[in-house]
Amino acid sequence: MSDEITPELFAHLVELAALELTPEEGEYLRGQLNGQLKAIRELERIPVPDDVPPAAHGVAFPPEIRPAPRADETRPCGDAEKILKQAPEAEEGYFVVPEIPHTEL
Amino acid sequence: MTELCDLPAHELVAKLKKKEISAVEVLESTFGRIDAVEGRAPSTAPYDPRPDDATRVHAFISIQREKAMERARAIDALIARGEDPGPLAGVPLSVKDIFCVEGTPSTAGSKMLEKFVAPYTATPVVRLEKAGAITLGKANLDEYAYGSSNESSAFQPAPRNPWDLTRVPGGSSGGSAVSVAAGEAVVSIGTDTAGSIRQPAAFCGVVGVKPTYGRVSRYGLIAFGSSLDCPGPITRDVRDAALMLNAMCGPDINDSTAANVPVPDFTANLNDGVKGLRAGLSPDYARIRYPDQKTGELRDVDLPDDIVAPIRRAAELLAKAGAEIVEDVPMPNTSLAIPAYFVVSRVEAASNLHRFDGVKYGHRTSAPVENLREMYRKSRGEAFGLQPKLRILMGMYVSGAQYAKQYYQRALRVRTLIRRDFEAAFDKNGRYRCDVLLTPTTPATAFEIGAVYGDSVLMQYADLLTVPANHAGTPGISIPCGLDSNSLPLGLQILANDWDEATMLRVAAAYEQLTADEPWRRVRPTVLEH
Repeated sequence: MSDEITPELFAHLVELAALELTPEEGEYLRGQLNGQLKAIRELERIPVPDDVPPAAHGVAFPPEIRPAPRADETRPCGDAEKILKQAPEAEEGYFVVPEIPHTEL
Repeated sequence: MTELCDLPAHELVAKLKKKEISAVEVLESTFGRIDAVEGRAPSTAPYDPRPDDATRVHAFISIQREKAMERARAIDALIARGEDPGPLAGVPLSVKDIFCVEGTPSTAGSKMLEKFVAPYTATPVVRLEKAGAITLGKANLDEYAYGSSNESSAFQPAPRNPWDLTRVPGGSSGGSAVSVAAGEAVVSIGTDTAGSIRQPAAFCGVVGVKPTYGRVSRYGLIAFGSSLDCPGPITRDVRDAALMLNAMCGPDINDSTAANVPVPDFTANLNDGVKGLRAGLSPDYARIRYPDQKTGELRDVDLPDDIVAPIRRAAELLAKAGAEIVEDVPMPNTSLAIPAYFVVSRVEAASNLHRFDGVKYGHRTSAPVENLREMYRKSRGEAFGLQPKLRILMGMYVSGAQYAKQYYQRALRVRTLIRRDFEAAFDKNGRYRCDVLLTPTTPATAFEIGAVYGDSVLMQYADLLTVPANHAGTPGISIPCGLDSNSLPLGLQILANDWDEATMLRVAAAYEQLTADEPWRRVRPTVLEH
């Protein structure tokens, strides 16, 4: 069976994922993706009746155990400097980024 | 010789409160052990193996000695003043480096976060510290918790199994399990998304608990699979796990998925025995669908006797103690749990990894770039290892508009079927009415370093017996149940219904007591025998 993820499709995924790969990485990752898809196709082995709903999570989460939403009040984070210090580049309380490409809408 | 660092937390706390020992002495003993077995600190530089590396366990990414010693002195001062120092007073705690701890590097085992110093502390860690535990270091893990062996960490040398240093400790909470097994910490906190607490606990001969999803807040956890992730304890015995859960569980204003469910005293019923409890055995946890290591083809195989016999024996012991054994509980969708996980966890991981963009924190490329988009690509390309890249790509593919129905939607519906297996087994009015299920934790004991790494399909199947409970959200525990023919630890997994950790712990404690005098319990990890 031919690979489900062709080199062209793979290049498209890499672009969408905002990644840059070396050729060796690309070759390895594409091979692994196709191997994993083989395992994933196991899901087609059994019939899943139409009335089986998707599960977003396992344990039921009815309103009685859901914490009440907290009041919509601002909570100061404290030391903004500490947060900004983690940024690769910051200036006067702002994160600094390179040129944002212009997009025609 | 047993040293202070080898004792369980509850014994240490009792001695501390009687003033037989001090928190400083416990911490000094633990640091002494770290000096003896840990080895050099890992780094993200290209790995250049040294002969010494193979003789040490390498559990930690960073160790906070001074801060920990300061805390130990404060605990001793509290005790001296006659104040209550808390139920985990002075207990040395290692924290899987996927939790933010204020002022410590919080790396997720990734180059992306190598220089990130957390500005706040994760809720479960705050709670453990409030109970008196002393955070002494951040434990190594698979990068972003994506793995079952710890080999994928960007920080090398990676952890090694204290029972056999040529083998992996399991993962992703490998450093956590190693630290507890080797006496480099008395307890640890890990996370379990597919088995990442239970599997390394089994491989390293310690106790590991995945609580019910929603029992423990995920605030301050670097997210992997947000509908699956569960923080939980790794300890030497069941009582310590109960003590940790007492401190960690409960709702949290900072996590809307931390459920508003009353938290019982998990230590209260540990000695109640198993009389009248129903323990199920399922053939679907003994015959499994597994990829052939050479051809990669999936085939149905019986688990080896080494793995299955101790589970049957556990059932016999519990039956003699008054439990009712329920044979042949069907869990027919178990074999689909890994295929479904390949989809669900990748979609959630990809979504969670988009935040790492080199803007607010984390790695930014130093190469010249034309624009923002190029900066993203280069930064992420340089700092993510192979596993995060693989998971992002798979997550994007199976949730893409053209493929979502075939893959993501189907996987979520299979997840419902897996959940229904558990509901039927635990249904109080159903045919089986199980209180717990007994299964092996893993399909094999610890494998050799390098034997599986690189084959991402086979590696994922290491979680085959643990991941169903993550899909279902139900709790599970792995406890040591003997040694295999290579003297490697075996894990007994006990699975229970939603929010019923108390019964699960009670059965685990009963098994522990029933086997307390067995010779295998006196065998220590080889790294401690040198």
